[in-house]
Amino acid sequence: MANVLVFIEQRDGKIRKASLEALTLGRNLAKKSGGSVAAVVAGSGIAGLTGELSAYGAAKVFVADHADLALYSCEGYVAALDAAAKAFSPNVVLVSATTMGKDVAPRFAARKKAGMLSDVMALDIEGGNLVGNRSVYSGKARATVAPAAGAALQIATPRPNVFPASKDAPGAGEIVNLDLAGLKIRAKVVKLETSEAGELDVAEADKIVTGGRGIKGPESWPILRGLCKELGAALGASRAAVDAGWIDHSHQVGQTGKVVSPSLYVACGVSGAIQHLAGMGSSKVIVAINKDPEAPIFKVATYGVVGDLFQIVPAMTEAAKKMKG
Amino acid sequence: MNHVVCIAYVPDTETKIKIGSDGKSIDEADVKWIVSPYDEFALEEAIKAKEAKGGTVTVVTYGPARADVGLRECLARGADEAIRIASEGIADVDSLGVAQMLAGAIKTLKYDVVWLGNKGVGTDAQVMVPMVAEFLDLPHVNLVTKIEWKAGAVTAWREIEGAKEVVECPLPAVIGAQKGLNEPRYASLKGIMAAKKKQIAVKKPAEVGVDAAAMSGDKSPVRWTKLELPPARQAVKLVPADDPAKAAEELLRLLRDEAKVL
Repeated sequence: MANVLVFIEQRDGKIRKASLEALTLGRNLAKKSGGSVAAVVAGSGIAGLTGELSAYGAAKVFVADHADLALYSCEGYVAALDAAAKAFSPNVVLVSATTMGKDVAPRFAARKKAGMLSDVMALDIEGGNLVGNRSVYSGKARATVAPAAGAALQIATPRPNVFPASKDAPGAGEIVNLDLAGLKIRAKVVKLETSEAGELDVAEADKIVTGGRGIKGPESWPILRGLCKELGAALGASRAAVDAGWIDHSHQVGQTGKVVSPSLYVACGVSGAIQHLAGMGSSKVIVAINKDPEAPIFKVATYGVVGDLFQIVPAMTEAAKKMKG
Repeated sequence: MNHVVCIAYVPDTETKIKIGSDGKSIDEADVKWIVSPYDEFALEEAIKAKEAKGGTVTVVTYGPARADVGLRECLARGADEAIRIASEGIADVDSLGVAQMLAGAIKTLKYDVVWLGNKGVGTDAQVMVPMVAEFLDLPHVNLVTKIEWKAGAVTAWREIEGAKEVVECPLPAVIGAQKGLNEPRYASLKGIMAAKKKQIAVKKPAEVGVDAAAMSGDKSPVRWTKLELPPARQAVKLVPADDPAKAAEELLRLLRDEAKVL
């Protein structure tokens, strides 16, 4: 039997979809092994979030509502997770591998000296032990990973956008308020600077349109952004485009950028260097638009157009508009 | 101000990965090894801070003798001392184990800032910054793209999804470097010559207070039980591009009706 505790990420009082994916996964693992699933959420003024978590099946919801937790704090959020773990004694802890999750989970794992399966793309439980599959060497290989058999606490961070999120028969949703008396936060987030207003980040996007060297310069981004808008996609960039100074590194996909697994990846003027393929090769559907029929990107593409992106991409934008009609 | 920079010596990003005969690790035969690119940002920022404010830079790694080449590269760029915790004779250790080795070595030093890249480009676990910080009981800021020094503290800009968090953090602290923080320098000829004369301190895990037997092989908290190449993708379906408007419509139709992603 495995009781599963899921860390829920919220910003501005909104629960991240990736956390609901983790909660759904946790519920399924608990069901398979005859255990129960609980959620823990930290923030300030977040009491209203518990209903949604029980709708996704949480039998218990641990709430750390504290003025000092209004903005993200690794020390504070780990303290909340730790307090919930002490109250619930989980066998499994899940934290979605978002930027926040990749900060919280390792610090918690170190505190507990518990093995952690990082950024898994598949996760199952067999005889009370987790077994996961993850991308290593930046997508150039896949490792099957497992915690030491019988470990009392096993931690995993599921990759966002890979596992489905679904509601179920509501859990009891018993609310347990956590007391974080004596909370000491040293590294303090004092403010948020939004880089490009409201822009979707490639790390959490379900669709991505990426520009490479072939777009020739930063003046071409509006052409790609037009398609992004119609498809609801995030704007990505190859290393060549970032290193040329055409766009901020936060857009970079690849081995020295973000490793992504969207359902649709449209590569425009991207040749497909091994480091780039490593970062996006696990995308469900890949579209390549490139003048060079020999470009390595066509080796991984599902659909390809050998042609001029400056003609094809605007035509796709128009076609997408028409399709939505 | 004294700096410690932890580095990972990993397969070059150009390397084609081959699966080893044991089926759960890589074939290291033709691998070219490099200092992980993100660690270069960490090292550069430490050296810049040393140049501005004085102090020392010590580089630390856990690994086999080949990692000495990476440490020497760091010395050539401007690090003062290097420590390698020797992995020879120790079965597989996971991230949690490596973090304890690094923290053990760091505890033997006098330092104000501990630096790491936000990820190695090897096992890609992206866990080392928070883990090392926890084992040192220090605050940390990861994914840092800009830093400003204050008396006994730093202000660091941390990259998150679609925004930057501005973090104020007292020292000592652990900082995880992200691309954008700086442009790493190349080693100068003078630096390379000087690095040749420097000693690399090689220590056994026990010398940094870590019981390797308790965290390696079967006792490792996480083990790789199988390593495979990613599943092969189907051959590309090409859409003729003679008429861009038609090509675009056909592509969108395929995405909607065949691939079902629209």
